[in-house]
Amino acid sequence: MSVSLNHTVFKATLPVLFGYVPLGMAFGVLFSDLGYHWLFATAMGVFIFAGAAQFLAVGLLANQAGLLEIFITTFLLNSRHLFYGISLISRMKAKGWRRFYLIFGLTDETFSLLTSTHAPEGVDETEYQLRVTLFNQGYWVLGCTLGAWLGGQISFSTAGIEFVLPALFMVLAIEQYRHLRHAAPFVMAIVIGLAVLLLISRDQMLLISILISISVLLLYKGGERWNPYRTLSQ
Amino acid sequence: MESVPYLIAVIAVMTGATFLTRVLPFVLLYKVADHPLLTFLGRFLPPALMVLLVICSFKNEEILSVGFVPELLGLVAVLVLHLLMRNALLSILGGTGCYMLIVQSGVFA
Repeated sequence: MSVSLNHTVFKATLPVLFGYVPLGMAFGVLFSDLGYHWLFATAMGVFIFAGAAQFLAVGLLANQAGLLEIFITTFLLNSRHLFYGISLISRMKAKGWRRFYLIFGLTDETFSLLTSTHAPEGVDETEYQLRVTLFNQGYWVLGCTLGAWLGGQISFSTAGIEFVLPALFMVLAIEQYRHLRHAAPFVMAIVIGLAVLLLISRDQMLLISILISISVLLLYKGGERWNPYRTLSQ
Repeated sequence: MESVPYLIAVIAVMTGATFLTRVLPFVLLYKVADHPLLTFLGRFLPPALMVLLVICSFKNEEILSVGFVPELLGLVAVLVLHLLMRNALLSILGGTGCYMLIVQSGVFA
């Protein structure tokens, strides 16, 4: 059973492999320019495990930024993760170190897979979630290490490979629609995302859009609760 | 110049800050995990987040220009493949393949 679970998880996470290895390598190559040992790139993949934050780290390290500044910038950059937990809290049954590791490894891609896919028949949901997270981190650490180790010797001839990540999110969005059968949250997100991107902010697009989306969802839920017709019909 | 203690401190600080963003909701909302509002968000927020992550992937592109046609075609390829075959891997790799072909051919450059 274990072999076939690994097989299922590998198939589910393969798009992440194609996304994380080139992205991790890009980070590793940038990092190697700083002159540190390549093992530190591995360590960053193991301990930080956050794509955007690690790219940011290269810039901060080069500028010898202060630790408080680094803490605040990293926290703000990753603050979208706050909302991943809100969506997952009722679904995550793991306890102890398993729970710790699942929360630690909650990247955009892991979150997307955990909310869109399920354990195969007869397999414990927690075990499936753990493997997905572990496989994803494995790809990321591999990419970081390879990039820093090979350094400037490699040149990417894989223009366009970065498209796998939006393609993955797209497929997962379609799968979510198949389960939910409500178009409203999708239409809402398209409208909000495009409006924020085009009219408000490029850099903070994701965070601002998430905040507006949550507000709209909560307002909708609140309005439903206070709708007088609903009490009439009860 | 590179200083190893500084790098280790930076890694520790970034690890802490990143973990904090991931763990806070679990710590703060643990007691109210079954609240109807959280169940509602748990159901309707992930679809919205998935769409936002697609859009966010292109936040540095000019999405209203001709230069964005390859991305649009790639996304359409993913959508069509997935509606027809419903094989996640095929849709993702097929769509990415289309996108890479278009980009490397330089038609919309």
